[in-house]
Amino acid sequence: MGRFVVRRLAQMAFVMWAVSVLTFLIFNVIPNGDPAERMAGKQPREAQIEAIRREWGFDDNIFVQYFTTMKKVFTGDLVSYFTQLPVGEEIVKGLPRTLSLAIGAALLWMFVAICFGLYSAVRAGKFADRFLTIIALVGISLPVFWIGALMNHYLGFKLGWFPNGGYVEFTEDPIDWAYHLILPWTALSILFVGFYSRVLRSNVLDTINEDYVRTARAKGLGERQIMIRHVLRNSMIPIVTLWGLDFGAVVGGGAILTETVFDLQGVGQYAAEAVGQLDVPPVLATTMFAAFFIVLLNAIVDIAYAYLDPRIRLQ
Amino acid sequence: MRRLRRNKVALFFGFLFILLVLACVAAPIWAEEVAKTTPEANHLSDVIKVDGKDVNVVGLDGVPIGPQWLKADGKFFFGADRNGRDIAVRLLYGGRNSLMIGITAAILTTILAIVLGLISGYFRGTTDTVIRALLDVLWSFPVIILAVALGVALALGGLNIGPIHLEGDSLGIPIFIIGVVYVPYMARPVRGQVLSLREKEFVEAARAQGAGPIRIMFTEIMPNLAGTMIVFFTLLIANAILLESALSFLGAGVQPPNPSWGTMIDEGVDRVATAAHLAIVPGVMLVLTVLSLNVFGDGVRDALDPRAKVRLER
Repeated sequence: MGRFVVRRLAQMAFVMWAVSVLTFLIFNVIPNGDPAERMAGKQPREAQIEAIRREWGFDDNIFVQYFTTMKKVFTGDLVSYFTQLPVGEEIVKGLPRTLSLAIGAALLWMFVAICFGLYSAVRAGKFADRFLTIIALVGISLPVFWIGALMNHYLGFKLGWFPNGGYVEFTEDPIDWAYHLILPWTALSILFVGFYSRVLRSNVLDTINEDYVRTARAKGLGERQIMIRHVLRNSMIPIVTLWGLDFGAVVGGGAILTETVFDLQGVGQYAAEAVGQLDVPPVLATTMFAAFFIVLLNAIVDIAYAYLDPRIRLQ
Repeated sequence: MRRLRRNKVALFFGFLFILLVLACVAAPIWAEEVAKTTPEANHLSDVIKVDGKDVNVVGLDGVPIGPQWLKADGKFFFGADRNGRDIAVRLLYGGRNSLMIGITAAILTTILAIVLGLISGYFRGTTDTVIRALLDVLWSFPVIILAVALGVALALGGLNIGPIHLEGDSLGIPIFIIGVVYVPYMARPVRGQVLSLREKEFVEAARAQGAGPIRIMFTEIMPNLAGTMIVFFTLLIANAILLESALSFLGAGVQPPNPSWGTMIDEGVDRVATAAHLAIVPGVMLVLTVLSLNVFGDGVRDALDPRAKVRLER
């Protein structure tokens, strides 16, 4: 186990390094033109471009440039040239909001997907199964910002059932916090419910034919107990892995559209606003930290998996 | 194939997709013969006859007219936007862009993924390690963040790779971005298949005949990947269209005034309170297109290999 952890962490460090190099290449090397001019944003002034060029060392050779950029990202003296605000502070400020959205949505989509997937598998081939399959396919075909905007308008604005966007601190009022997040949680969950319920359905159908399920039935266990204790538990293993990865992906980037539509002011919306202004420093930082977070979460999932299932350590 | 033919739902949606594509291809016919306008033409101060009454295309309060269906002889079938442009016409022309981006990007992804997967799985060893590391790094970025980062980086200066030159506002930029970000999702399963296919007897037979690696990869192994390719290709188009709309929504995709379903939804979402049809019409069109591809792709996958797990979006 120890060796596996060390190996996995070394691999993680390597991927993180490669991620930083790729991010650097995307912003500073691959595109045409002057990187200082791109950093400065849409309407740069000549003096500012010159200052940025000196600050970021765009005249140095490429290796020095890479180190200068990384130093700026990690020491937190990255500043948006559009808003003049420090990027690190803005990200830290938005993080609780993004996590609120992601954690709630992850719990919601998992719960709904288990219900849908299990019911679909039990009724395989019947009308309910087909209906849920179509619903799931519709779910993965909906652009989240579109359905979110319509929900916000009709359920929030017209009917007044929910607040029309915005965010309330959990520490301020937990009930109002949840009330403000119901629509964003739902909108973000739709895609994942569609996907997870289908994966779970096919896993359940595979597991039902296993020997231990027949044994359980033979020894006279009730159908409900068989489904929940024997079938569902074993069908959940691949889904839980996915869950970890998707949670990372949502925190790292999937939340960008949902946050923008519901005006949650999290990290995603911060990135989205920077994108609208073609403001490079915030986009650079969020891109890199998003990928870092996912790489870290992947490693944690792998290690947890190896701990639970010793066969994986030997691969 | 017989299993696919029996799946009436999948066939219906496959047919629907073809219908949607044909409608968009025929955009100029609708524009010239029925709506008598162009996707860019403003009709801000125009007055049209609806059921014999005169109506402003854009009201004095700045609210454009909603869907007229056939009441104005096909003009403003789906209503107008705030510049008085005909939504139905823009929808069809925008669909051309969205579909073109989706299909071209899917082709790009498929080619890159097949080539990388074949090389990586066939040669194994160091080549495999390098390609896999590269794919792992790309895979570490959330699709949308990677696409947005590329969009921001390329929006101002455009792109130069060898002979390829793309301007910042050309449709080539979103195609390139979307084409690249999905490569790891397809290259990985392809590599896995190649790894097992290269051990099969027919490959050994070809090798005994003196076939070189290129011939083995492209004429012996590649035909066996056809099923995977078809399934992925269908789902890739669906996901590419969705990603185009998300990128355009964030302002890093198709640059206005080029219409696409994404830019139209973006404009509509801003004005959903005053003129909901601006958001609903392009959104429904986009969902229908993506849904038809997803259902059809799902049917093909079921027919070929019901146990295959295909997934793109994260």
